[in-house]
This record gives sequence, C-alpha cells and structure tokens, in this order.
Amino acid sequence: EEKRAGPASTLYCADGDDSLYPIAVLIDELRNEDVQLRLNSIKKLSTIALALGVERTRTELLPFLTDTIYDEDEVLLALAEQLGNFTMLVGGPEYVHCLLPPLESLATVEETVVRDKAVESLRKISQEHSPVDLEVHFEPLVKRLASGDWFTSRTSACGLFSVCYPRVSSTVKAEIRQHFRTLCSDDTPMVRRAAASKLGEFAKVLELDYVKSDIISLFTALASDEQDSVRLLAVEACVSIATLLPQEDLETLVMPTLRQAAEDKSWRVRYMVADKFSELQKAVGPEITKNDLVPAFQNLLKDCEAEVRAAAANKVKGKRLNIMLPFIRLIQYTNQHVKSALASVIMGLSTILGKDNTIEHLLPLFLAQLKDECPEVRLNIISNLDCVNEVIGIRQLSQSLLPAIVELAEDAKWRVRLAIIEYMPLLAGQLGVEFFDEKLNTLCMAWLIDHVYAIREAATCNLMKLVEKFGAEWAQNTIVPKVLGMANDPNYLHRMTTLFCINALSEACGQEITTKQMLPVVLKMSNDQVANVRFNVAKSLQKIGPVLDNNALQTEVKPVLEKLASDQDMDVKYFAQEAISVLPLA
Amino acid sequence: MMGDRPNPPRAMSSAATTSPSVDKVDGFSRKSVRKAKQKRSQSSSQFRSQDKPIELTPLPLLKDVPAQEQPELFLKKLQQCCTVFDFMDTLSDLKMKEYKRSTLNELVDYVTVSRGYLTEQAYPEVVKMVSHNIFRTLPPSDSNEFDPEEDEPTLEASWPHLQLVYEFFIRFLESQEFQPSIAKKYIDQKFVLQLLELFDSEDPRERDYLKTVLHRIYGKFLGLRAFIRKQINNIFLRFVYETEHFNGVAELLEILGSIINGFALPLKAEHKQFLVKVLIPLHTVRSLSLFHAQLAYCIVQFLEKDPTLTEPVIRGLLKFWPKTCSQKEVMYLGELEEILDVIEPTQFVKIQEPLFKQISRCVSSPHFQVAERALYYWNNEYIMSLIEENSSVILPIMFSSLYRISKEHWNPAIVALVYNVLKAFMEMNSTLFDELTASYKSDRQREKKKEKEREELWKKLEDLELKRGLRSDGIIPT
Repeated sequence: EEKRAGPASTLYCADGDDSLYPIAVLIDELRNEDVQLRLNSIKKLSTIALALGVERTRTELLPFLTDTIYDEDEVLLALAEQLGNFTMLVGGPEYVHCLLPPLESLATVEETVVRDKAVESLRKISQEHSPVDLEVHFEPLVKRLASGDWFTSRTSACGLFSVCYPRVSSTVKAEIRQHFRTLCSDDTPMVRRAAASKLGEFAKVLELDYVKSDIISLFTALASDEQDSVRLLAVEACVSIATLLPQEDLETLVMPTLRQAAEDKSWRVRYMVADKFSELQKAVGPEITKNDLVPAFQNLLKDCEAEVRAAAANKVKGKRLNIMLPFIRLIQYTNQHVKSALASVIMGLSTILGKDNTIEHLLPLFLAQLKDECPEVRLNIISNLDCVNEVIGIRQLSQSLLPAIVELAEDAKWRVRLAIIEYMPLLAGQLGVEFFDEKLNTLCMAWLIDHVYAIREAATCNLMKLVEKFGAEWAQNTIVPKVLGMANDPNYLHRMTTLFCINALSEACGQEITTKQMLPVVLKMSNDQVANVRFNVAKSLQKIGPVLDNNALQTEVKPVLEKLASDQDMDVKYFAQEAISVLPLA
Repeated sequence: MMGDRPNPPRAMSSAATTSPSVDKVDGFSRKSVRKAKQKRSQSSSQFRSQDKPIELTPLPLLKDVPAQEQPELFLKKLQQCCTVFDFMDTLSDLKMKEYKRSTLNELVDYVTVSRGYLTEQAYPEVVKMVSHNIFRTLPPSDSNEFDPEEDEPTLEASWPHLQLVYEFFIRFLESQEFQPSIAKKYIDQKFVLQLLELFDSEDPRERDYLKTVLHRIYGKFLGLRAFIRKQINNIFLRFVYETEHFNGVAELLEILGSIINGFALPLKAEHKQFLVKVLIPLHTVRSLSLFHAQLAYCIVQFLEKDPTLTEPVIRGLLKFWPKTCSQKEVMYLGELEEILDVIEPTQFVKIQEPLFKQISRCVSSPHFQVAERALYYWNNEYIMSLIEENSSVILPIMFSSLYRISKEHWNPAIVALVYNVLKAFMEMNSTLFDELTASYKSDRQREKKKEKEREELWKKLEDLELKRGLRSDGIIPT
C-alpha cells in the first residue's frame, strides 16, 4: 500500500465540494490490490478528470498516472486507450502535450497490445498538436523513442514518423527521415519488422523525390533482409510505393525487387506476393501485369508449397473466365497438387461457369478432391456444396460425398470434426431425410459421446437444427429414444449430454414430447450421485419449464426443485434456487 | 471404424436397461479414442525446378586410394554430397540417393578415425556441404494449432541423408584435428543465424542434433558466443510478443541452461536483462507446457548463481500469474516450489507477503488440482521451516482462505489437506491462531461492509457523471 502512495494522496484535499469525495476514493481504488477494481477505476478515468477540472488533471492526476506505469498490462491497456481521448479533459489542444509523458512510458512497455494502443493514442493526439507544439514536444518524444535502448521503444517510434512528418519544418523532416533510415537497418529484427510494416505508410507522406531516393533504397534493402519475416513485409509496402511512383519509374525502381520476391527462397515471401496479387496488379498497371505479373502468378499457382498455391488460387475467382478456364484444364492434367489448392474457390466457380461447364470441367475435380488426403481440402469442398447445389444439384455428388463425410466425422483433429458437424444441417437439408436416416444418423449420435466437449456441444446443437428441419415426429422416432437412453450411461459426462440435448430439443419437440418423454427422465436424474448432473437437472428444469404446462410444473417440477434447493452441494442449491425464482411456481 | 472406439454406439441403447454405476467411471478418460494417425512427413521447402534425373559419377572408396590422394578425394566427395535430392518423390533417383547415403556414411567414418585429413582447404568444403544440405526454408506447419498431446509431429522426409550430414558435422566439430581458428572464417554469424532458424523444425530428431551442433559451436567459438545469445534473445522475444510459434524453444532453453551454469560472477547486466526481460515473459506463452521444465531449470540456475535475483523473479511470476488457465497455474506452482527449494531466508522475507497472497488465492481455487498443488508446499520440509520462522506474517495472510475452504470446498481431499495445514499452523503459533479464529467473523463482516460501500460509491459516481455530463454538455466542467 505505502509503495503506491504518490502524488495522489494530495488529491484527497478536495475543496469541500461533496461531489469530489467519491473521486478521492476512486483514486484510492486506483491503488487497490485487486486488479479488477483498478481496472474499473481506470475505465472511469474521464469521470475523475472531469470532476477534478482541467488544471488539477494536468498537475496532479497525470503525474500520478505516469507513476502507475508498472501496473498490470490489462490496466495499462485501458490507460493507454483512455489517454487518447483526454485532450479536452486537460484543457484542449493548447495543453495536449501534457498527455505525452504517460503515453511515452506506455509506448515502451513490453506487452505488444499495450504498446500498440499507446502508439495509436499518440497518433491520435498528434493531430491535436499545433505545428509549433509538434516540433517542441512531440517530435523530441519520437526521437527519444527512436533511440531508446530496448527494442520496444524503437518499434513504437516506427509508427509515429508518418504522423508528424507532414507538419514540421524541412530541417526536422530531414531528421525524421534519418531516424527512419536508422531503424530500417536496426540490429534487432523486431525493429526492422516494425519499420518495414510502416514503410508504405511513411512513403505516402514523403515528397516524391525522397520516395525515389530514400524509400526505394530502404525498400530494396528490407526486401533482401536476412530474415524472411522482414522481407515479406516489404512486399506489402510495395503496393503503396508502386502506387506513388509514375508509371515510367516502376520498371527500374520497383519491378526488380518484386520479381525477386515472387521467386524468393522462402515460401512465406512468395505467399505474400500471391496474397497481395490483386493489389499489386492494380498498383503496377495493366502493361506490367501482362508482361510480368501473370507469368509470376502462373508460377505461384504451381508453387511447391500448398499455402502459396492456395493464396494464389484464392485470387482466381476474380479473374476473367477466358483466362481461367485454360488454367483449370491445365491443372487437371499437369500438377496434381494445384488441384487441391483450388478447393476453397473452385466451388464458387460453378455459379460463374454454369451447369454444362460445371459438369464437364468441375465435377471431375470435385470428385477427385473429395478423396484428397488432406482433410482441409475435403472440408473446403463440402463446406461450399451449396454453390454447386444451386447449379447442378447435390445428387450428382452424394455417392462420393458419403465416404468423405464419414472420414471427416472421425478425423483425429477435433476441429475438423467440429467443422463437419457444422455443415451437417445443410447437408441433411440437401440430401433429404431418407438418405440422412440411412447414412448419417449414426454419425450424429456418435458425436454426442465424443471425448471433446466442444464436439458434444456442437452435436447437441446439430440435433436441434435437424429437428427444426425434419420435424417433431421424426425426432420422436429417431433421436429422442437414443438421447434419453444415455441418461443411464455409467459416464456422467454422457448423462449430462442427455440433459444438454433435452435443453436444446424441448422447444422444437413441443409440449407433448417434452412432458411425456423428457421430463420423467430429467426428474429421475435429480437423484444422480454426481453433483454436476444434479445441478444440470436444475438448469434443465429451468430451461424446459416454459414448454411444460402448469400442472406438470406444480406437481412434478416444483417438489424436485425444492428437494435440490436443500442439496448438500452449494452449486446444486444455487441453480435449484435460481430455477425456483425464475419459473412461475408459486 | 466404429469398432475402434471404446464406446460403440450399441452400448448406448443397451445401457438403458442397466442401472448407472456412477463413481467408477472417469469421464475425462481420452485413451485411444481416435484411430492412430499415420505419421506424416514433409520435405524441405525449396524453390527448385529440377526435372532432370541427377547423375553423380561414382568415386572410389577413400580407403582404397593411397594416403596422399585421400585429402583430394575427400574434397571431391564433399562436393558430390552438396547435391540435394527430392525425398517427397519416393521413386526418383533411387540409385543416386543410395550412393549419396553410402558416401555420407563413409565420410562419417572417415572424420572419426582418420588423422591428417583436415587440410585448410577442407574447411570451406565441409561447411559448404553441410550448408547445402541442412539450410533450407522450413515448410509451412501442417496445422496452425499444433497440439502436442494430440498431434504427431511432421517428420522430415529427407532424414536418411540429413541425419548423416548432422552426424558428420558433429564428428567434424569434435575431431581432435579441428581448429576453430581456421573454421571461424566459415562458421560465422550468418552460418549461426541460419542454424538457429532450423530450430523451428517440426522434426524432434533434427532439433536434437541441432542442439548438439549449437552446443559444440558455442563451446568452441568464443567470438560467436555473444552473438548466439543475442539471436536466441531475438527468437524468444519474437516467440513471446509476435508469433507464439517456434518449435525449438525447449532445445534452446536446454542449451541456455548449461550456458547459464558457466556464467562468471558477478553476472553481467546483459545476463540479468535476459532473465527479467526474456525468460520471465516466456512464462506467458500459451504453449508453456512444451518447455516449462527447461525454463524452470534456467530460472533456478540463475538464482543459484545470484540469490539477489530472487525478488525480481518471483515478482515477475506473480505479475504474469495465469488468471484462467489452471493447467498453467499448476506449472507456476511447481516452479515456485523449485525456487523456494533454493531460496535464501533473507530473500524469502523480502518476497513473502505478495507470494503468500498468491498462494492463498491458489489454495482456495475451485480447481482442485491447483489447490492441491499449492497445499503440497506444506509437505516440503524446507518451505515449512521458512513458514514457521515467519508464521506471524504468513498465517494472517493464509488464515481466512484456509478457514473458509475447510468449511466449503467441494472436494473432500482438499478439505482434508487444509485441515492438516491448519493443524500445522496451530502448532506453530497457537496464540495468533486463536486470535485469528476469534476475529474471523468480525473480519468477514468488515470486508462485506467495505464491499457494500464500494458498490454505493459506484452508484453515486454514475449519478455524478450524469449530473456533470448534463451541466457541461459532456466535456468541460463549468
């Protein structure tokens, strides 16, 4: 406690105004041991400042806040955000520079989110500085950060150059350019990455001559950095830089570097080229696109890494058909790997190609991809089935679909299983109830006893959607008996699944089924030995209560809840009491 | 496929007739639920367009030529081994792959047993051959969310060659004839940088070899030591603050463990900075479990070197204490116990208050594994002696948590452990214990009152804000 006592203690001496009393206590809370309470107070910082008035905010509150910088990152993040909106609270643009000291400290913090937020706030308030204040207060801060010892302050500086550059004198501009140059060749890769990621933004505020002299040499250097994580950021900057330059300079200043990037030895850099393809194309214009980019793009489509091919293939959709059809044929006959990379967009092509073209060119691909060894590829096809369904109808595919679905349903990665569950209602709708009962129902029930909770949860939700689709009668015949059977399972997690299913299904199944079939099972489970099951019984009763009629509520539900409300386990008690208070039992 | 599962769907319907036998089933068992996934392999990601088959002209065996011709032939073989094959294509260049494999084997034997083979010209060729083979851009990870408990690592397809190259390089570095003064021209900063990047390999076998290689280089090239440490720093910082993904953290920490062991005293500022600004933040990473043992070892090494670092280390851990992940909390508690095992009593006194406030929170965690792990401290004789010496400070911090749990924790095993701890405290300092017991109720009431006051305060504040807001049109008070 004593350690936190700073200038704030003086804030207690409020000027007899009653309304200031809570403010003093609030500031005391800024020093509370409980993080949550400190966080709450920080979030109310503007209120505190408002109550203190601009002068005391400047002279007392801000120095105090500058002192609390050692606090937890969560509190610092809230503080960094608040300070970006503080200009009026310190007396307007004339005094905005008072906010710089605490934000400067926050911009050197280790935690990235805090630092980024501090930089964001600094960028925001930079606009509120007059040109003179910018040179007297803001720019020196940027310089200090740019020459800080630890990498964190230097990375923060990278984000501040472009906001002050346009509004300072030419001498200061020259200094800023120099600092940026220095950071681009910093010893620490973290700093070079930060500089590379701001290169495009900085280029935009520079005079064209300096773009040609300074930026291009920095761009070239960063694009051949020893670390691929730096090189790939240069590709991003390339888009902005190319947009700034006149067409006749592109060939000499930008293209050599871009060509090199498209053939970089690191797939991450090539990926970035593929991913930014549309933007690059726009930036360099049609002529260079035709001569340079299209051949490069063809190579990326045939890249040895699936990631790169996928990024390239994603850009296929927007291209003109007559360009792409030959590609698709080429893919079919030459490179087997490219086929799988196209999986995520290929389905979308069917709407563009129309029925005949889809059957001729795409259907064989779909079928082949449904057998692909990579689950992501199969999933991509299945998840986009709706596009094909509109064009050719899903029946064409159903025989090939089934094995693919079964495989995915049992994939070792639970996220893959989760993904296929989420498509189940869509598939069921398209394949029809008969096909579903025959082939897919077993899968849906098996998911209910998966060892991963997220899968069981999704399986429950899936059942609800199926009932909505196929109706209550179907539910009563096919799934309700199985779900209720699990109430006797020796594994309590499975017994709880019964309850979760009932929660999800009761509304869709309606009062009759809920009262006659589900309710007795739930009530019986109130005697379960595991407390988790019992309190879920209470929760379930609360959930299905609205579906039941008043008689069942009074004669059956009420006594059981009352019994649970005096359970020895406190959680069971809690949820039983909650259900009693919510349901109309009185 | 269904048959592979321990709980086939059939069991669901038949179970309806049997009565539940509740307490014997562990609902969380996850044994072999899924069929074992076949191991996958990957090739290095290289940008190559070699469609033609590779031809290498077979050379005579080294032992079959006169001694004076051996150095020359050794160089030729090294040059041949610079050729890299595509192992994803299992059918291509079979003969030449086999030829290279046997040549590499021969080279391994040769550097192990031969004398006088290491001419000055051989150094650049060795480094070149090693570089050509091992340095490559690692391919994209198969899964972005690699779960070491569930997923198999992807294995390097070209391992039959790669392993021999590593083997050869290690023997070369360890050879009696090896002279760092010549080698340093070729094994330079750029070489080390590329070597460090390979630690991201998903193949544990490769990382294991890399560990030995880097360790040897660190030992033999004094001029590279600071550079290596700095680059490891950068890898870790990037891992913590940017990507959260790097496969070789455990291996690098293992090397660091032995490096720290050799630090001279007093520790340089650079090393202390590494501890506080890199090793401590490593605890925040999501995948901590993959390298926690090695990390804790490094931390304890530091503290054994310089006990005055105890306070910043423990404060660092407390700052990053996990708020939602109980699994990590258990790891933190384990590490703290390791630290407490070597703590000096003078250091303990400096940190005991914040430390036991945290332990008190852990003890009352609703997650029984966390509570249990914290309560195990009371089985540690050394920690017990420290607690006993400072019971007048620690007991008041711990008391209310312990007392409350003894009344209301859901897990009977925890309640039993807490009774033992309370008993121990009672024996340590019965006067204080009685006082605390007596004042427990009034203390709680005071706390509740404070809580209520706070709530009222917030309410008042909201009114105030409303009023002020109206008066000043939202921004400037009059």
